[in-house]
Amino acid sequence: MSEKDLKADALERVEQELKKCVKCGACRANCPAFAAFGKEPAVARGKIALCQHLLKGDIELDDATYNAMSKCLLCGSCVEKCPNSVPTDEIVMVAREALAKRRGLTTFHTAVGQVIKNRSLMKFGAAAGRILGPLFFQKVPATSGLRLRFPLPFVGGKRHIPAIAKVPFLERHPEVIQGAPGKPRIVFFVGCMTNFCYPQVGEAALALFRHLGCTVIIPKNQQCCGLPGMSGGDLDTVRELAEKNLIELERYEADYIMSACATCGGALHKFYPNLIGKRHPELAARLKAIADKTVDASELLHRLGLNPEETGAGRDVTVTYHDPCHLRTRGITSQPRALMKGTPGVVIAEMEGADKCCGLGGTFNVYHYESSMQINAAKSNAIIRTGAETVATGCPGCMMQLSDGLKQHGSSVKVIHTLEVLARKLLQEKSRKK
Amino acid sequence: MLDTRIIQHLREIVGADYVSTEKQDLICYGYDATQMEFLPDAVVHPGSTEEVARVLKLANSEKIPVFPRGAGSGFTGGALPKGGGIVLVVTRLNRILRIDTENLIAEVEPGVVTEQFQIEVEKLGLFYPPDPASLKFSTLGGNVAENAGGPRCVKYGVTRDFVMGLEVVLPTGEIIRTGGETYKGVVGYDMTRLRCGAEGTLGAITKIIFKLLPLPEAKKTMLTIFDSIDGAAKAVSTIIGNKIIPTTLEFMDYATLQCVEKRFNLGIPENGRAVLLIEVDGDRDLIEKQAARIQELIGPLGLVQCKVARDAAESEALWKVRRLVSPSLRDVNPDKFNEDIVVPRSKVPEVIRVIEKIQQRYDIPIVNFGHAGDGNIHVNVMIDKAVPGQEELAHQAIAEVFQAALDLNGTMSGEHGVGLAKQPFIHLELKPAQVAAMQAIKAALDPNNILNPGKMFPLG
Repeated sequence: MSEKDLKADALERVEQELKKCVKCGACRANCPAFAAFGKEPAVARGKIALCQHLLKGDIELDDATYNAMSKCLLCGSCVEKCPNSVPTDEIVMVAREALAKRRGLTTFHTAVGQVIKNRSLMKFGAAAGRILGPLFFQKVPATSGLRLRFPLPFVGGKRHIPAIAKVPFLERHPEVIQGAPGKPRIVFFVGCMTNFCYPQVGEAALALFRHLGCTVIIPKNQQCCGLPGMSGGDLDTVRELAEKNLIELERYEADYIMSACATCGGALHKFYPNLIGKRHPELAARLKAIADKTVDASELLHRLGLNPEETGAGRDVTVTYHDPCHLRTRGITSQPRALMKGTPGVVIAEMEGADKCCGLGGTFNVYHYESSMQINAAKSNAIIRTGAETVATGCPGCMMQLSDGLKQHGSSVKVIHTLEVLARKLLQEKSRKK
Repeated sequence: MLDTRIIQHLREIVGADYVSTEKQDLICYGYDATQMEFLPDAVVHPGSTEEVARVLKLANSEKIPVFPRGAGSGFTGGALPKGGGIVLVVTRLNRILRIDTENLIAEVEPGVVTEQFQIEVEKLGLFYPPDPASLKFSTLGGNVAENAGGPRCVKYGVTRDFVMGLEVVLPTGEIIRTGGETYKGVVGYDMTRLRCGAEGTLGAITKIIFKLLPLPEAKKTMLTIFDSIDGAAKAVSTIIGNKIIPTTLEFMDYATLQCVEKRFNLGIPENGRAVLLIEVDGDRDLIEKQAARIQELIGPLGLVQCKVARDAAESEALWKVRRLVSPSLRDVNPDKFNEDIVVPRSKVPEVIRVIEKIQQRYDIPIVNFGHAGDGNIHVNVMIDKAVPGQEELAHQAIAEVFQAALDLNGTMSGEHGVGLAKQPFIHLELKPAQVAAMQAIKAALDPNNILNPGKMFPLG
């Protein structure tokens, strides 16, 4: 495909969206990448202008374009505050796809694509990471070149990483856990981070929905949501994963598809229909049906009337809450707070800028680790200033980033998932029984 | 194209990281909210007053145009590099240097974002009232250069009314101070006010000293809906005529209401023809009294509905109606020309009626809303640029709107400035002798016409 066709093929799909941008500059107020880089190519308006010039053909898919497009965390803050709701996050993914097709995927993203498409490779990587991780991470100087590329989709080689679960969450439970008749049937979309790094989040979700009498279905062959691939412009891989996930998620009759990961939920809810559905019309209706059923765990618990007194009562603890971008931009901010506030023993201490991005930004933190941690610094300091002993959030990706940032700031604040707060009592009872 | 020798020199002044000639960077500093676009030859991000001065000295000796730029959120192209040259981005100069709680002043650099400044002074119980709609991203330097306004200006005045002193780099590279830290001061010409609204043509602003006020204890918001535009207009003059100056008196006409209602279903009564969003601020007791008195006064003027916010959340909900105006306008037509005429406040209904006639004559939707309290109406001419001939028609309609404002002793721009967008119309408002006097000042301060050339006055 010629350069012109390539640009046109990818970007013409978003041409109408590009036209909606009136260059007002509102995106400057909300963009974490702009706050870190301070220059206009980092902000939505700049990227849209560049896409328009790509379409006109007066700039190329070259290094400078690549650099500009790489400076986006796909957090959606600009979309949320844009007076014309221009979907810059999706535009950036499309631009990255054009770049990837022209220049090839980066080595890292090629690996990401291989890993997220291949569950057994991911398992092998996780096992290797678990055994070798302590030997390699943090002990090998950054300059030695011996750093292990940990093959989880969101993780680059530089950071503190969470411990890897001995048994991934997906291997711990039967596929169908029958609940009470007449209660909602919920398909649980687990996600890679929960499966391999934070299985306790999965356990908390399971305990809470079982407490409500729900039937919880955990399809065994569910795949990565694909967001790490989207983030690199590898939309072919995403389509492949979306198709596999469709089959898995459609296999059971369910009232809801529940995710405890803001990012996975965002992918199913928004990016699948908007990005994949638009370019593969044959999948559109099915993707839309899945999107309509997708809910965040905290949102659903709130809707189903969870009484956190029954599930979360425990010792006194001060908790501060971080809003994951992919929940905030879906309007899910009050539900997790309300549930935690109703949990006996829990005191919420709001941090300044709870709604600000943690800096992870999918694979942004791999390509721009320094900036990612610069964005994170404000977040870490805000958390520390609250004096809370725990920070809760609704996204395992954020959990990893917050842990990394807090460690680097010499803080011992504990990072947990909202569901772990809400399920304290249930989880304690369970461990006592053991 | 700038000579490599000059690029090299610029790099020596501000550092290599802060000079770019990459096409992608030039594109990203070539637009603003007018959606016009001109590519500069270089983008420079200076880090200090001294660097700004050295850049201007160089540009002046080499006769290279320089275009100061803050957030690039202007509506008239004031920061656009038409004709090419250097875009001088001041956003690295973004420190609040001091907030003096004894003298109620603050000194800031021009790249500070307006809302950030407001948040910081409010933490100390102080208040910086000017509130342009872009305050979450616009810079204070840009606000001064364009003399920005906003809804709160009815009671508190515009940006100019809060600027006490400036540090300015002249087009020839000298650094001067204007005004100072005292409220009074009559030595020499008022070079401070001269820069407010000069659109960066008379110097690059590098520091600003602002006057501050004590933060009002509380505010009260009311959303009032009238059965006629005259009722709403009468309400404005009645309130002010009874010696109450609200903080804001925001107005929306029927066309605006229909846009908002169609898109967001807010439940606006069917016989509602105009909205006034009224806010008062001050001591808690006082504003309760004022709010009650306002309701009493406007009751007989065809009031259809009056909602009074009981707390901050309810106030925010009422403001939502106003904030939803912009996003809903797109439903009328994809492209808008956002003008900001001002008339004496008693003339608001008259000018609206004239605009309605213009709209009928040209058959182009015109949506009006804005700051009725000070007679500043945002006239939005909505067109589809893709339809041949519409843009030309819009320009003709706009010229008539400006003439209507001038005929009623108003002005064609209250907040947005002239820049490039209003240049073709400037002769409607300014007589040749006025323009000549202004151009004489420009020529004296900028003999080589390098600083933001081609703005405000048509070239030649």
